[in-house]
Amino acid sequence: MSQEVKKEKKFTMTLPADELMACGHLACQGCGATLAMRYMLKALGKKTALCIPACCWAVIDGPYPYSSMDVPVYHCAFETAASTATGVKAGLEMTGDTETTVVAWAGDGGTFDIGIQALSGAAERNEDIIYVCYDNEAYMNTGIQRSSATPYGAWTTTTPVKHFKTRPKKDIVAIMAAHRIPYIATASISHPEDFFKKMKKAKDIKGTRFFHVYAPCPTGWKSRPEDTIKLARMAVQNGYFPLLEIENGEKTTLNLKLKERKPVDDYMRLQGRFRHLGPDEIAAVQAEVDARWERLIKGCAA
Amino acid sequence: MKKVIMGNHALSYGAMLSRSQVISAYPITPQTQVVELLSEMCADGKLDAQFIKVESEHSAMASCIGASVAGARTFTATSSQGLALMHEMLHWAGGGRHPVVMGNINRSMAPGWSIWADQNDSLSQRDTGWMQFYCSSNQEVVDTVIQAFKVAEALMIPAMVILDAFALSHTYEVVDVPDQALVDRYLPPFKPAIKLTTDDPRAFGGLTGAEHYMELRYRLEKDMEKAPALIEETGREYGKLFGRDLGLVDPYLCDDAEFIFVTSGTAGYTARVAVDELRKSGVKAGNLRIKVFRPFPFDRVREVLGRVKKAAVVDRNCSYGAGGIFYQEVKSASYGRPGMPPLFGYIAGLGGRDITTDSFKEVAAHALSKDRPDEEIVWIGVKK
Repeated sequence: MSQEVKKEKKFTMTLPADELMACGHLACQGCGATLAMRYMLKALGKKTALCIPACCWAVIDGPYPYSSMDVPVYHCAFETAASTATGVKAGLEMTGDTETTVVAWAGDGGTFDIGIQALSGAAERNEDIIYVCYDNEAYMNTGIQRSSATPYGAWTTTTPVKHFKTRPKKDIVAIMAAHRIPYIATASISHPEDFFKKMKKAKDIKGTRFFHVYAPCPTGWKSRPEDTIKLARMAVQNGYFPLLEIENGEKTTLNLKLKERKPVDDYMRLQGRFRHLGPDEIAAVQAEVDARWERLIKGCAA
Repeated sequence: MKKVIMGNHALSYGAMLSRSQVISAYPITPQTQVVELLSEMCADGKLDAQFIKVESEHSAMASCIGASVAGARTFTATSSQGLALMHEMLHWAGGGRHPVVMGNINRSMAPGWSIWADQNDSLSQRDTGWMQFYCSSNQEVVDTVIQAFKVAEALMIPAMVILDAFALSHTYEVVDVPDQALVDRYLPPFKPAIKLTTDDPRAFGGLTGAEHYMELRYRLEKDMEKAPALIEETGREYGKLFGRDLGLVDPYLCDDAEFIFVTSGTAGYTARVAVDELRKSGVKAGNLRIKVFRPFPFDRVREVLGRVKKAAVVDRNCSYGAGGIFYQEVKSASYGRPGMPPLFGYIAGLGGRDITTDSFKEVAAHALSKDRPDEEIVWIGVKK
């Protein structure tokens, strides 16, 4: 018994134990987006202000007059995460607070679709904000409708199995890289230390910083809540969601080099949203992931 | 100091003298000179503000809201299509209680494309929880911007300062530009009781159930109801410092008038000329220019209406299917009250068509020829 305790003591926590998010939030079981917020706040600390548009997190934070956060939150309009955050940063600076990190925290719909104009504008101006897109690959808060982040083949309530999504996911990282902003990173809740390290790094960079965070959604993906982290890890390991950084739109660094990529098949089979797909369609997804991976490797070498 | 400036620059001077801290704007004709001059003022260091050159009016208002909640005095300006694009965010500023002040140049809505004056753009925004001030001279524009910040910040309700395209925006007039030290005395720095800060973390505008939402809107209405008295009080205070009182309405020869025009914007000054000419021909005419449309100055309008025999409301706008919008409001103010005169409604000057003294004489001839109105809308100067 005493030996076991000793063994446990050897385990070192690399993330700070301090929590800026309380446990009374309203997320579904196994919500990836909630872990993403928790890890981000551990890295950014108390001097952080959040602008959250319509998305799951508009609900997760808690209804008026409650908030599950120990940092200020401005709930903003759907398409205005980047523009509201721009204003908050300017307002804080003009009233003497130059320290606070202002974060726009939006889902994939608010980023890839309705908020992309404001995001592009802020990035082109190089506004001094961190923009985080937690990507659960559909409009989950409104009840699982397809967004332009929904992958090929997926079922959603607006892409029924008889008419599943036949277009690939929009490449938001490439779009943001084309803006040549100082820093872009992808991150996954399955790799919190990597996420934490990159968020710490981003905090000290001035200008627009963009994070694309992979956030599995059991409710929308028809997966088991206990598989959330497993799914996120599989997506990293099979190359579906590579962990990378891009500096100034040019220098790409792959954070997790994979000697051998696992097939996407196992990952897809754990999710009800892909259940209707046959071997040909899964092969098509595999081919797309392979092609993207090759392009990424070439990009890193260049 | 007296300067000859255009209406658009009057807005810029108002924003500068008010020591705006964040300005976020997108260009649209005929508003462009407002933000051009402000960006120069920021670049020259005459104004210590951050100027955010956003990619749309929607983002302009969103970033103004963000800056305002962080505690900064915030200004923007737009017109027409830009204002319409902002519509969602106007509700956000009103409902969120962010005292942004915005200049709007009244320009007709497309299609067809028009850059000329009418009021449908701003009047379409009347239910968004903003105060609306309709100005008639460049002097009034400068003065009203400064007053608007004072009232807006006291009530935490945003305010729109509105002027007609070209008739005011591009017309040069002599303006007594207020002294900065006096403006500073009149308008102290913006210090909101609650703001977004990491020292006191709060959530703003989260999910609000039926058990709370109605009270938030009740409070907005109750505070809006305080605005008329506050506008008059701060208007008198302004008068003491600068020699120009700022009121809710601007009556001209209404004390002994039997027939009055009810007007707004630059048409309100044209109407004065028509009143003078009508008086020469024996008609005891007057003009009631409504300056503040939201909150609607019910009491002041009733006071004047109660003294006259007939009133003609001239609208540079149309609520299709219901007629002139000021006409509806004036009728609503007089409804059920004893001693109210017959009210006639006219629509003129849409899409920048001139409203001249002859237009007003045509209105007077029509109204004076009838005992009571027999049409909901009488069109002036339209090719039928």
